[in-house]
Amino acid sequence: MSEIIKKATRESYGEALAELSSKYEKLVVLDADLAAATKTGIFKKKCPERFFDCGIAECNMMGIAAGLATCGMIPFASTFAMFASGRAYEIVRNSIGYPHLNVKIGATHAGISVGEDGATHQCCEDIALMRTIPGMTIINPADDVEAKMAVEAAINHNGPVYMRFGRLAAPVFNDAATYKFELGKGVTLKEGSDLSIVATGLMVSEAMEAAKSLEADGISARVINIHTIKPLDKEIICKAARETGKILTVEEHSIIGGLGSAVAEAVCECCPVPVTRIGVEDCFGHSGPAVELLKQFGLCAENIVNKAKELVK
Amino acid sequence: MNANRKNELQKIACKVRMGVIEGVFNAKSGHPGGSLSICDLLTYLYFEKLNVSAQNPKDENRDRLVLSKGHCAPALYSVLAQKGYFDEAELKSLRHIGAMLQGHPDMKGTPGVDMSSGSLGQGLSAACGMALNAKLNNKDYKVYTILGDGEIEEGMVWEAAMFAAHNKLNNMVAIVDNNGLQIDGPVTEVCSPHPITDKFAAFGWNVITMDAHDFDDIERAFERADNSDRPVAIIQTSVKGKGVSFMENNVSWHGAAPNTEQYEIAMNELKNALNELEG
Repeated sequence: MSEIIKKATRESYGEALAELSSKYEKLVVLDADLAAATKTGIFKKKCPERFFDCGIAECNMMGIAAGLATCGMIPFASTFAMFASGRAYEIVRNSIGYPHLNVKIGATHAGISVGEDGATHQCCEDIALMRTIPGMTIINPADDVEAKMAVEAAINHNGPVYMRFGRLAAPVFNDAATYKFELGKGVTLKEGSDLSIVATGLMVSEAMEAAKSLEADGISARVINIHTIKPLDKEIICKAARETGKILTVEEHSIIGGLGSAVAEAVCECCPVPVTRIGVEDCFGHSGPAVELLKQFGLCAENIVNKAKELVK
Repeated sequence: MNANRKNELQKIACKVRMGVIEGVFNAKSGHPGGSLSICDLLTYLYFEKLNVSAQNPKDENRDRLVLSKGHCAPALYSVLAQKGYFDEAELKSLRHIGAMLQGHPDMKGTPGVDMSSGSLGQGLSAACGMALNAKLNNKDYKVYTILGDGEIEEGMVWEAAMFAAHNKLNNMVAIVDNNGLQIDGPVTEVCSPHPITDKFAAFGWNVITMDAHDFDDIERAFERADNSDRPVAIIQTSVKGKGVSFMENNVSWHGAAPNTEQYEIAMNELKNALNELEG
């Protein structure tokens, strides 16, 4: 068995921007004094003339991105998820969303896997906030391969895109040579008939691990990766509801308003079946090593296995 | 300024004011006070200063105007109609269901509107983006932003001011419409943004003061604003409700529409002013 490579999707984000800088002349990158952490510094090094540090002023950064987009540029505005979706929410809604401008928001350090920095920086509400903005596309890639392809897909999509990246190194399970990223299309990673585990971002590899363990216990779990949370691939979700009869959602985000909500909304309307949501259960995070926090909050294969067993019982 | 040209601009500004009253009256809502205080400014910009064309409203080399105090959309709509971007009759359906002219500027729906605005404090940032685009792509257009004196209480304005100066965006001109009044009362009583000139100067901008209702002074100010080595703030002293006697300097006309009787008085005053100019 080959060794599993791990890489944080924020790293993939910075690298993808740099790699795509010569292919897309309209690409311009903004940051708010976090270039070393969001990894846009990699782009800055390669393409300093198209990199602008806005300082610690995220609202202004979003407005600048909007202005650049009115002139045909493709700006990536980068900061932590907390500030991109929280601090700057109203500017994203009114200056970017309402005029449907071609701004890409690169939000890193999403979820509780931020770790030691604690609750103020652990944003578990961003998907919920961004989902409510009409016309906003939301991508939450699961690994390095998907993250890089998602960046290019965002460039080629005309309209605002919120992209969510993590701080913690995540297993790279997609094959760059064969994987095809399709915006708005879920990916069935494993077939199964007893239930479907629908996961996003960092939780996709946990879901895969859980499915293997369930298989050993005689439970056949389908695993679906939803990288595009909006627009949601309702077809793949409703098919899963019809064919497996039970759905378990897993996300490193509040159970309110994120993937679990989106899936439940879709299932309610097309094929009502039991849906269990794994996520941050309406509480704030706290300081600690990322992997331990994920375990503590039940965002791990072990808890997915337990919840899956309860669901199929 | 040449006397004939000045007379022309005064007449256009008068028509722009009539359009404001027409729009707000028919909408039965809207913001006449702050719209009337920027009519001379908008008239000067659209008929004297801006390199724009109603025939090609998306020209990538055009000058841009961001109405950051977006609630004063009736004035922008009225001047765009005078300039030929759309039929003047549109003003009568302002704020109606299905109308092109929304309560606050919508760049997607209205030709000539360069940026959607209305939520205060955001326009100067978008203007920074537009000015940055010109620097990046070697274009020589300019970006003008109109802000309210109350509006600059929003902190984001100063984030943008800092960014513009830091990036030497000398292709930006911000005009602060200092009419002295905001919804809750005089700006000096609500939460004073003064001294406005000192604040912009401290943020690294060139600052020019201007009489908002004197075309000679407006021309002098904008000529001085050209060829600056840094962004320029023009602080204009204006009269809220300018041109309609009972609305002038009266905060209750910030966001209220005239009834039929008041509408007729207002339109008659403006018609008389126009007749006098046409003398």
